[in-house]
Amino acid sequence: MAVILDLAVQGAQMALVLLLAPLLTGFVRKVKARLLRRQGPPILQPYRDIIRLLHKEVVLAHNASWLFRVAPYLIFAATWVAAALVPTFAMGLHFSWSADLIAITALIGSARFFLALAGMDVGTSFGGIGASREVMIASLAEPAMIMITFTVALIAGSTQLSNIAAFMLSREVGLSVSLGLALVALVIVSIAENARVPVDNPATHLELTMVHEAMVLEYSGRHLAMIEFAASLKLLLYVSLIACIFVPWGLAAPAAKPVAFAMGLAAYVAKLAMGAFLLSLFETAIAKMRVFRVPEFLGAAFMLGLLASLLLFVVQSR
Amino acid sequence: MLESLPLVVVALLFATSVAAVVLGRRPDVSTIVYGATTAASTILLVFGLAHLLGSAAPLTKTLPLGLPWLGAHFRVDMLSALFLIVVNLGAAAASVYGLGYGRHEHAPHRVLPFFPAFLAGMNLVVLADDAFTFLLSWELMSLASWALVMAHHRVSDNTKAGYIYLVMAGFGTFCLLLAFGLLAGADGSYGFDAMRSGAVSPTIAALVLALVLLGAGSKAGLVPLHVWLPLAHPAAPSHVSALMSGVMTKVAVYGFVRIVFDLIGAPVWWWGLVVLVLGGVTAALGVLYALMQHDLKRLLAYHTVENIGIIFIGLGLALAFEANRMPDGAALAMTAALFHVLNHSLFKSLLFFGSGAVLTATGERDMEHLGGLLHRMPLTGFAFLVGCVAISALPPLNGFVSEWLTFQAILISPSLPQWALKFAIPAIGALLALSAALAAACFVKAFGITFLGRPRTPAAERAKEVDRYSIAAMFGLTSLCVLAGIFPGFVIDGLAPAVAELMAGRMPPQADAAWLTISPIAESRSSYNGLLVFVFIAMSAMLAAFAVHRLASRALRRSDAWDCGFPDANPATQYTAGSFAQPIRRVFGTLIFSAHEQVDMPPPGSTKPARFEVSLRDPVWDAFYAPVVASVSFAADRLNVLQFQTIRRYLSLVFVTLVTLLLVLALWP
Repeated sequence: MAVILDLAVQGAQMALVLLLAPLLTGFVRKVKARLLRRQGPPILQPYRDIIRLLHKEVVLAHNASWLFRVAPYLIFAATWVAAALVPTFAMGLHFSWSADLIAITALIGSARFFLALAGMDVGTSFGGIGASREVMIASLAEPAMIMITFTVALIAGSTQLSNIAAFMLSREVGLSVSLGLALVALVIVSIAENARVPVDNPATHLELTMVHEAMVLEYSGRHLAMIEFAASLKLLLYVSLIACIFVPWGLAAPAAKPVAFAMGLAAYVAKLAMGAFLLSLFETAIAKMRVFRVPEFLGAAFMLGLLASLLLFVVQSR
Repeated sequence: MLESLPLVVVALLFATSVAAVVLGRRPDVSTIVYGATTAASTILLVFGLAHLLGSAAPLTKTLPLGLPWLGAHFRVDMLSALFLIVVNLGAAAASVYGLGYGRHEHAPHRVLPFFPAFLAGMNLVVLADDAFTFLLSWELMSLASWALVMAHHRVSDNTKAGYIYLVMAGFGTFCLLLAFGLLAGADGSYGFDAMRSGAVSPTIAALVLALVLLGAGSKAGLVPLHVWLPLAHPAAPSHVSALMSGVMTKVAVYGFVRIVFDLIGAPVWWWGLVVLVLGGVTAALGVLYALMQHDLKRLLAYHTVENIGIIFIGLGLALAFEANRMPDGAALAMTAALFHVLNHSLFKSLLFFGSGAVLTATGERDMEHLGGLLHRMPLTGFAFLVGCVAISALPPLNGFVSEWLTFQAILISPSLPQWALKFAIPAIGALLALSAALAAACFVKAFGITFLGRPRTPAAERAKEVDRYSIAAMFGLTSLCVLAGIFPGFVIDGLAPAVAELMAGRMPPQADAAWLTISPIAESRSSYNGLLVFVFIAMSAMLAAFAVHRLASRALRRSDAWDCGFPDANPATQYTAGSFAQPIRRVFGTLIFSAHEQVDMPPPGSTKPARFEVSLRDPVWDAFYAPVVASVSFAADRLNVLQFQTIRRYLSLVFVTLVTLLLVLALWP
């Protein structure tokens, strides 16, 4: 019986991230528009976009290979699995031990690997430029993420997100310089990974510095829907990640009562809204940077992460 | 009986070499040779597996060969058995591949006699139990592979590659010779058991470590001794490249592990630091070098340098933990290193087979002349893709598991007491993370430029899928990559006896954990389940595809590429390997390679072509090798006068030399 309940909670989490991801994207767009004194599209617009795209036919370039057609589903699946493994409303879900933070980072890496390949498949110059810049950004964002993982894992004594969240909720954790540095680094990495301003602009299509949009330029119909969905899931993943590590309050304990789950859910939605609001505020307040400024931006995150874990290495002695 | 089996098989390999010479240019000699090597390496593979998994007692055998008072000693323990598996797995795959690939060889008589000898040499290194046999086998392995590198000696640059390889191989063996001399001591007992039981002073031990790092490190490709690798590995026929890159570098790692972890005795903590720093630098530089290449085989060879760096990071951590009596950490780090040894031998061989298939189909190694091969060579393309995902350390394949284990070993290292290690290890971890991310970039480039896009030359357009033996060899390795990735617990348990032989501690057994999860220390600390991740991704992808096709639309129309409304039919408008690497070249290359781009853009209206030039400098060559080359040629110039003397002067020179030597002898204390 307990196993069935566990599985149900795990399934609920998978469904939850899937349901909330377009909403988060829509909310960010709405808030950004309102901050610019525009009306903005309805919050539910991303759902409509996805449904509309799903029902359209796919226009495929003559020389597109099977990889181009398989990649959207693989990217979607890898991102979905990664997003569902981050604790959202409860800790210690049934399968939470199947991948730790390093594996989640690497899963995102797998999704990106296929996205970059798909960008190069048709052999257009836009696809190439997008893929080439994406891997350049990733080559700094991924190690920065690993350094953040080191920092958090050294503080919490675990790379499992559930255990990290549980530790952060306990009284043992105090204010720490390393944790602050890791937070700044994680925010920078999240912005870069999700192709947000100032690294990339999700709203434009024809700008010379575009990265993500250039890679998916050849996609249409259901394929594009899967990729857009995956992008929304990725944004949700990073907001949940920050929430789970740095503001874990409200997360339901393993095998909790339904009330606790409901509380956790409410807290999670509130955290998402807060994250989306801060992201929109940041994006409207800052200008996009030139593409070769990005390595410096991400290099800062990498160095902050390294510094944070170095401090912990030096402090810890057992 | 059982203890003679590997030696009998090795003798069979030598016999195959002789047969290849005797049979000469008969048309079916290639089939005979590769058939025989396939059989031989399969037997040795099964033997190694049976020994390792059966946890049998060490087998020893002495033959009355070699030095008359010493004989040739052979021994199979757990470590030898593990490396027998690695060597013969690669050898069996390369032999099967050779059955098909060898038919395209235009000078088979330059390849066939040396191929079995090369395999025999590698097996003998792993089996050897005294310094003399070890060095002799090591040299056999070097020379046989040198002959294979020189198989296509008329191709420009191959002779230079062969020359540099020969110099480096000679240097390496010389260092190992000195290392064994120091270990054997004044009494000169060259058996490994005597070295194992004898103790050496700390100074001598440190000296031996330095010599082994030079000797085995030059064969494995540690920076700055890696220069021969990217020249020699691509020059050989592709199945030999696979063996040299995937397997021979592992034999070098075996040499390092055997001497440093088994023969010297208890390590000192700073040994770990030295090995760690070398490993970290090697990993990061290796992948950056690889990113700058546009020759497919050279890119793979440089990438071997990176993976050797990762293996040495694991070995360095194992040394540091062992020196500080932290058996759990030592076992974990050693397991990570040995797991990566196995992984790299699998996917690097696979990728070299793939590049060989591309070479057969198109006659091209230069990625700038390829493109769109996934359509023409779908099976090779699929296998190569799996290899790329595996080597980029992406879940759920095997490359990720060994890197994950290395990261876990790094995460328990803050409890090491030494300050230098505390400062160095996070930086090494950062280098490891950086090299993993850059590896993914490197293989997006390798696969994307070679197999995706539109064909850049007519040769790439006319490419055809290769023969079924090559495909079989590639798919065999592909499935092993997937299996090792989704069932890592079994591999870790399989490695455990070899680790337990070298280290005091051992990792907890993994195979009986729920759902085949691996957890290196405790489940509350970290765990990873390759099987579940694989199943989750496969199920979600299929679910999504099914739901979309069933509930929404499945309509599909082929049309021209969109490319923002300006598709250009000329394949030269695609991104090239050089342009793909440009952002990374600009970010990292300006600092490390003094990368310099020169753009010469004619004014509007001019019909002159635009020119773009990139210049890169190799910092390692400039810092370490150029001075040596310069001083050798300087000395040669000065000594040149001695060649043109009269007979009187030569006689007086001989006289002076004799007197000097006698004086030295007389004054020697």
